[in-house]
Amino acid sequence: MTLDPDTPLAFSPLHRLQWEETQQRHVILYPEGLVELNASSAEILKLCDGQHTLKSIVAELEQKFQTTGLTKDIQEFLEIALENGWIQPQDH
Amino acid sequence: MKTAGSNPKITNPRWLLAELTYACPLQCPYCSNPVDYAHYKEELSTEDWKRVLTQARQMGAVQLGFSGGEPLTRQDLAELVAHARQLGYYSNLITSGYGLTEDKIRHLKQAGLDHIQVSIQAPEKDLSDFLAGTESFEHKKQVARWVKANDYPMVLCVVIHRHNIEQMEQILEMAIELGADYLELANTQYYGWAHLNRPQLLPSREQFERAEAIAHRYQDKMKGKMKIYYVIPDFYEDRPKACMNGWGTTFLTIAPDGSALPCHAARELPVDDFPNVREMSVKEIWEESEIFNRFRGFEWMPEPCRSCDEKTKDYGGCRCQAYLLTGDMNATDPVCSKSPQRQLIDDIIESANSPEEAPLVFRNAKNSKAFI
Repeated sequence: MTLDPDTPLAFSPLHRLQWEETQQRHVILYPEGLVELNASSAEILKLCDGQHTLKSIVAELEQKFQTTGLTKDIQEFLEIALENGWIQPQDH
Repeated sequence: MKTAGSNPKITNPRWLLAELTYACPLQCPYCSNPVDYAHYKEELSTEDWKRVLTQARQMGAVQLGFSGGEPLTRQDLAELVAHARQLGYYSNLITSGYGLTEDKIRHLKQAGLDHIQVSIQAPEKDLSDFLAGTESFEHKKQVARWVKANDYPMVLCVVIHRHNIEQMEQILEMAIELGADYLELANTQYYGWAHLNRPQLLPSREQFERAEAIAHRYQDKMKGKMKIYYVIPDFYEDRPKACMNGWGTTFLTIAPDGSALPCHAARELPVDDFPNVREMSVKEIWEESEIFNRFRGFEWMPEPCRSCDEKTKDYGGCRCQAYLLTGDMNATDPVCSKSPQRQLIDDIIESANSPEEAPLVFRNAKNSKAFI
């Protein structure tokens, strides 16, 4: 699935992203399922708020973690997220 | 991974199935409730259920199913849903839709229910009503539309058996028409009432293969629009399912009377007394009770499981199936082609080619009392 770098992304209303204290990590919850996330995946998904785009997510995380070159990894993960229905392009 | 007690192998429960009641207005002949359900009359109170939800959540349970029977017959359902939401559960109402109104659907949403799974017996009225033992088909479809209209993820569940397997395509089209987000095509698992009615329910291998091909075609076609779960027909595999992801590892069922079960079919095992949440905490039951520990790990296994290199994949299969078919709950699941008792499954499969014409035994209190 391809991702337009300028389209705002929103977390799916049919899924829930939640911190699990007993597991010490974020999980995605949906009917009959649960996905356990590592810390970086959770950071990316938390920014899928209907405002951020691929571009602005990359910019924000590169600044937050004082690094560069995150575009490829973030894009790959967001494409997986899109394919699994965890996120969706925000309609205008 | 967090460990508990002296046994490092104990993981915490993730899924809690709360069977609120055995009462149900439907009479499906493949119901997974125990055939002698009429024996268990004392349902847990609202306070008992709240305590169970709290205790299981503290251990890490996060997926919660409100089931039954028909959970809508409990007057305190919305109160329990609200309690579950406040604890952070992702909660699912597993319902026949019978008695559900749009007002109740809205009210449950406000209380914090995450999704509703509606079961439909068949894609046409006469057969669906016959299997349910109640006139319910049109209402179920209306419920499915209300669920969708109120912004829940809509999960449609159809149990598959010989009476509806030839309608696989119509079932899939019905799910599309109703706008299901998820479709669960659950091949009957032969426990409880389904075990009793197996000669009338088990399709032939040829029927299975045709139906499976149709389901897979729609899985491709609907990719990204509707997620289709195809629950495999266990008997037609040559390895058993990893039942419950391993005994006492992930799933916890609490029956209407408070009995704690490692899976919802376990009540059929020859176990005198299952631990009860009226007497023990969920943590004590999970970590210390004899029955939850009995089939954990690999020590309990007989051959050929014990030395099998696939034991970490299927954990020896299903204890209930082993018991129902071989009479020994410690046996290797006879579905496995390495089982010395695989012939039992082959005979059952063979008999499905020339099915016995006998009436279905419907799940109701009158029929259940015969098993007490």
